[in-house]
Amino acid sequence: MVADIGDGFVVFDHVQKSYDGETLVVKDLNLSIAKGEFLTMLGPSGSGKTTCLMMLAGFETATAGDIRLDGRPINAVPPHKRGIGMVFQNYALFPHMTVAENLAFPLEVRGIGKSEREAKITRALDMVQMGAFGARRPAQLSGGQQQRIALARALVFDPKLVLMDEPLGALDKQLREHMQFEIKRLHDDLGITVVYVTHDQGEALTMSDRIAVFNDGRIQQLAPPAALYETPENLFVASFIGENNRLEGTIEEVGPRSLVRLQTGELIDATPVNVHRKGQRTIVSIRPERVEFKPDMMPANAHTLDARVLEVVYMGDILRTRLAVAGSDDFIMKCRNTIGQTRLEPGQTVRIGWHPADARALDPL
Amino acid sequence: MKKLLVLTAALMAPAAHADVTFLGWGGAYGRAQTEAHLKPFTEATGIRTVMTDTDNPAAPVKAMVEANNVTANIVSLEQADVIRLCDEGLLEEIDPAALAPAPDGTPAADDFLPGALTDCGVATDVWATVFAYDDSRFPDAKPTTIADFFDLEKFPGKRGIRKGAKTTLEMALMADGVPASDVYEMLETPEGIDRAFAKLDTIKSEVVWWEAGAQPPQLLADGEVVMSTVYNGRIFAAAMNENKPFVTVWDGMQYEFEVYAIPKGAPDLDDAMEFMSWSTETQNLANLTKYISYGPTRKSTAAVKKTWEDGTTDMEAHLPTSPQNMTNSLETSFEFWVDYDSELNERFNAWLAS
Amino acid sequence: MEGRPLKQALARAQSRAKRRALLLVVPLLLFIVVTFVAPIGQMLLRSVHNDAFARNMPNVGAWFAENDGAPDEAAYSALVADLRLARENRTAGEVGTRINYELGGTRSLFTSGARGADDLEPPFATSLVEDDAKWADPQLWQVMRTASHAYTASFYLAALDLTRDGDGNIVRVPEGRAVYLSLFAKTFALSALITAICLLLGYPVAHLLATLPLAKSNLLMILVLLPFWTSLLVRTTSWMVLLQEQGVINNTLVATGITDTRLPMIYNQTGTVIAMVHILLPFMILPLYSVMRPIRPHYVRAARSLGATSWTAFRRVYLPQTVPGIGAGALLVFILAVGYYITPALVGGASGQLISNLIAYHMQDSLNWSMAAALAAILLAAVLLLYWLYDRLIGIDNMKLG
Repeated sequence: MVADIGDGFVVFDHVQKSYDGETLVVKDLNLSIAKGEFLTMLGPSGSGKTTCLMMLAGFETATAGDIRLDGRPINAVPPHKRGIGMVFQNYALFPHMTVAENLAFPLEVRGIGKSEREAKITRALDMVQMGAFGARRPAQLSGGQQQRIALARALVFDPKLVLMDEPLGALDKQLREHMQFEIKRLHDDLGITVVYVTHDQGEALTMSDRIAVFNDGRIQQLAPPAALYETPENLFVASFIGENNRLEGTIEEVGPRSLVRLQTGELIDATPVNVHRKGQRTIVSIRPERVEFKPDMMPANAHTLDARVLEVVYMGDILRTRLAVAGSDDFIMKCRNTIGQTRLEPGQTVRIGWHPADARALDPL
Repeated sequence: MKKLLVLTAALMAPAAHADVTFLGWGGAYGRAQTEAHLKPFTEATGIRTVMTDTDNPAAPVKAMVEANNVTANIVSLEQADVIRLCDEGLLEEIDPAALAPAPDGTPAADDFLPGALTDCGVATDVWATVFAYDDSRFPDAKPTTIADFFDLEKFPGKRGIRKGAKTTLEMALMADGVPASDVYEMLETPEGIDRAFAKLDTIKSEVVWWEAGAQPPQLLADGEVVMSTVYNGRIFAAAMNENKPFVTVWDGMQYEFEVYAIPKGAPDLDDAMEFMSWSTETQNLANLTKYISYGPTRKSTAAVKKTWEDGTTDMEAHLPTSPQNMTNSLETSFEFWVDYDSELNERFNAWLAS
Repeated sequence: MEGRPLKQALARAQSRAKRRALLLVVPLLLFIVVTFVAPIGQMLLRSVHNDAFARNMPNVGAWFAENDGAPDEAAYSALVADLRLARENRTAGEVGTRINYELGGTRSLFTSGARGADDLEPPFATSLVEDDAKWADPQLWQVMRTASHAYTASFYLAALDLTRDGDGNIVRVPEGRAVYLSLFAKTFALSALITAICLLLGYPVAHLLATLPLAKSNLLMILVLLPFWTSLLVRTTSWMVLLQEQGVINNTLVATGITDTRLPMIYNQTGTVIAMVHILLPFMILPLYSVMRPIRPHYVRAARSLGATSWTAFRRVYLPQTVPGIGAGALLVFILAVGYYITPALVGGASGQLISNLIAYHMQDSLNWSMAAALAAILLAAVLLLYWLYDRLIGIDNMKLG
């Protein structure tokens, strides 16, 4: 899992953090972020992701290990000399200054002249489509508008690295999705490096080049969104990202196509991830949208299971079907609502199956 | 704050339960009045009494009478305040005939010292502003005259003086060599006032100004000053009760009458009059000297043996009225101060602030 | 029309609720009127109104109303008639006191004049002046003319170190008697100094209070509030023990050899400033605290991340957000300091006296309440002026007291 961390733009090298001297909030973090990359730190609250961001910004000091920015160790560099743009959870716009004054602030402290300042402010405001709001005070703006200003302020002094700490958390769903797109567009246009912290997996999947999933002070998996979703490396990642069916069983045969015997006696196909020996107990994880009930969609000689339809929820784009399978009552199958899609009825019995690559036998129990 | 509370209490309190409500100065003097007059009076007559302390009873008297809510019926006042309040009609008039005659039958009007009886008040005792020093601070030469108080070369160290024009200006002139009899005449002229302030200028930098009578003994005890003007009763009490090496200098002392008076419209007027007459009988007047070293105001008290409450100290040497203490002394002129109090205090305050 | 009945119905429906609401505030309204509006109004009235002369000297008052210029025989006979009246009513002292406020040495003139008035024979212009030459003093007549009006500006003039000469012109009082203006100036300067020291000392403490974890900040808050819970006399006495020349601090300084001469720290301005800062500090800290508490740390973090040094972040981001607290605290401390009189009286000595001490002097010792009222009214006006300035500069709606 430890990548070659020597030459990234941002490097965490064996970083540890403890607040109380007893427990580690961040345990041996190694992470290399490339220039221009959009990296998301994703994890539940208390997983250490925000602490990592704060150490990078300079508001917390690492208890052990090095943090390097552009090849330079920055542990001893105070926050204002790091040249890192930052967007805060509640925007942290200065309430006693107008929008334009907020944007001028980082330029003034850098001693940039008035005309250049104004040009940069205009450019940054236009960038977030807020050109007309320079004279307003933050309190006179909506949440989405404040968010845009916070973004413009973090970008106005052309930082190479921008940190975002759950910047969209306070917005409603529609606005959030719109802003995700905006942030992504800005990232692409400006070629900046972004480190983004969120607990919202949808956000992470939409925007990131790579996602670092945090739990318990460690990175559980570091991978591009598709890989993370489709080939989770452990049970935490599989269940934290996306919906997930879990079946418990014992390894029957190890090989390119392993077999797992479920507790109810049936055999299924699976791809082993962290299990290596016959007889190990494990949990097999299958995404609901990869479950099939039409024989022609399944690979030849795939193992199938008997399933009884319990409930069908019509969700517009998909049909969400809850099944009773191998002793479990909430096995979910998602089918696209295409023309000619078979509508299952509660009480109906079907045989379900999947491609062996989609069933991943994850951690030993 | 304390003043204010008392003032408020005086204005707001319902009629007091006691039949004689006495408004006094507190401290050793208030205690002496309580022990020598209030308590024995209640024992003798059964009339209840209560003592209330204020910093200067003249202020609440004006407030009570003007608010038409008089709660006290005996007040302990300075002579100057009695004259002023009497002129303003704020005090009841007192008929000397209602006072007890001397043991030998001399009527009260003839037995009291000159000036002790006025329209509205009966003087009970004479108190003096003297100066005192801490004996331990002057091992060799001791201050003996009022001029020594102003002599920083012979007697270096801080001086305590009451913050106010009254007594301070007279003292300055006497220390400058003006005979006691000429002091007030001189103070009526601008040159005299200038002369007094010029004399005060010579020690101004070394003066600690005090306001409450309890302060000077404390200042002396703390070593904050080496000598201070002080009320003779206070310093005597401190020397006796706390065994302090304080020495009183009587030269240049200024004495005043302390007076009992009745506020206009006071409740239980008969009880108040009975107290007034009883407490100014020769023996009762002399009894005051058992608790405080102020001189009684009746000639007939000369025949009464006066002893301190310890039972051994003869008070004759410690009273302002004793002949040996009055050799160079000045009776504070209330008439002068009634006229010039505002003007000279204004000047005094300006001088202080400059 | 439809509108009229609807409006009436609404008014009827609401009137009951309004009456009930009014009943609820009536006690407070009465309380404010009795304890606040009435006393201040009375004070203001007293400062311009003193009818001790006008009420008791009707004849000479009538003469003043009809005649200008020097007194003639009619004026003197009116005066003598009034003196006889004063003798009868025992008001000579009151009258003399009123005149004595403005012209020293005249109180006894009236009291003795009234005693002898019955024996005087006309022509009074000669007999009265023979009795006492002061009766012919033009300045006395000028003062009597002023005093014959119940409403007068004399007390305000006196409070501003002004007076009227024999011709009625307003002139400065002689150097040696001018005390109030310089004392007003000193009061405001000392109060400003006290306010500044309170701000310097209180700001970091308030910040600490606002940022410490609750358990620790509660403990600190108790320490801050401790002066509130200690009796004023205990506090002041403690300062005396600490600061006097033979006190703890001086003893320590001398014992450790830091200085040979004992520093005068009490019974002067230093003492006043130290003791008042101590007493007024909580009034600065509490408004600051209430403003600082809701300021989240991420503002300063944002400023730091944007490139500001910690000093710039404080100056440009934190400080401006605490301005309402600074304004409220400073105004509160300044106003309290301007009116404080017990502490300066106890530890101020001669040089640490403030204007409030002279107000107290006129209230309690000289009993010239009109003068006290005029001084207090000027103080009140100055404070209101300050309040108005504050409103213009910062905006009163920006003030946060807690």
